[in-house]
Amino acid sequence: MARPVFFNLFQIQMPVGALTSITHRITGILLALGIPYGVYLLDLSLQGPQSFAELTRLFHQWPFKAAAVVFIWALAHHLLAGIRHLLSDIDIGSLLPAARRSAWIVNVGGFAVALLAAGVVF
Amino acid sequence: MTGLRAWLVQRVSAVYMLFFITFLLVHFLVDPPTSYLAWRDWVLGRNVGAAASVFLLALLAHAWVGIRDVVLDYVHPIFIRVLVLALVGLGLAGIGAWAMRILWQGQS
Repeated sequence: MARPVFFNLFQIQMPVGALTSITHRITGILLALGIPYGVYLLDLSLQGPQSFAELTRLFHQWPFKAAAVVFIWALAHHLLAGIRHLLSDIDIGSLLPAARRSAWIVNVGGFAVALLAAGVVF
Repeated sequence: MTGLRAWLVQRVSAVYMLFFITFLLVHFLVDPPTSYLAWRDWVLGRNVGAAASVFLLALLAHAWVGIRDVVLDYVHPIFIRVLVLALVGLGLAGIGAWAMRILWQGQS
């Protein structure tokens, strides 16, 4: 029998852990999409002094800095949520109150790291 | 990849990348590269080059398991699913070959 399906994310009340989880997935996709660009930047940085200097100039432009801050937020959230997963694999923080607390730490921690990064690059 | 192996690949690659990213961060804080030559010699040095290669391969394996999970969740028609997975796999393999060529340039 077909079960009813309701996936309207704007009407579902999400507990904090669900927010951590869906953001873990979204940031994972974002980071994966960034891989070819990252390899491209690595390539540019190693091609010669000229492209290295070009890259240094690119790093100083504000759209690049803004993109870097978004990237760092995505990486920080994904990393923290991943560490939360690893800890729960070894039975640390699996009970609901602790899981809710660590979910908050991950969600806020990602933004804190991004804020710190923004302070450093701008 | 079966469930357990995918789970293991995701964890092992994650832990390695965590260490490598920490190493990168510390290096850039303590001794940021100031010139092209310093940067090139550091990245393409034997030890860092090897560690960076393992990092990129771990990253691609990690991305493969993650994207595969997402595709299995949302793409149900079997033909499109296989097609999408094949394209993602080819793309990641291509990126891997490209990254290895960059990291091992000029080595015999």
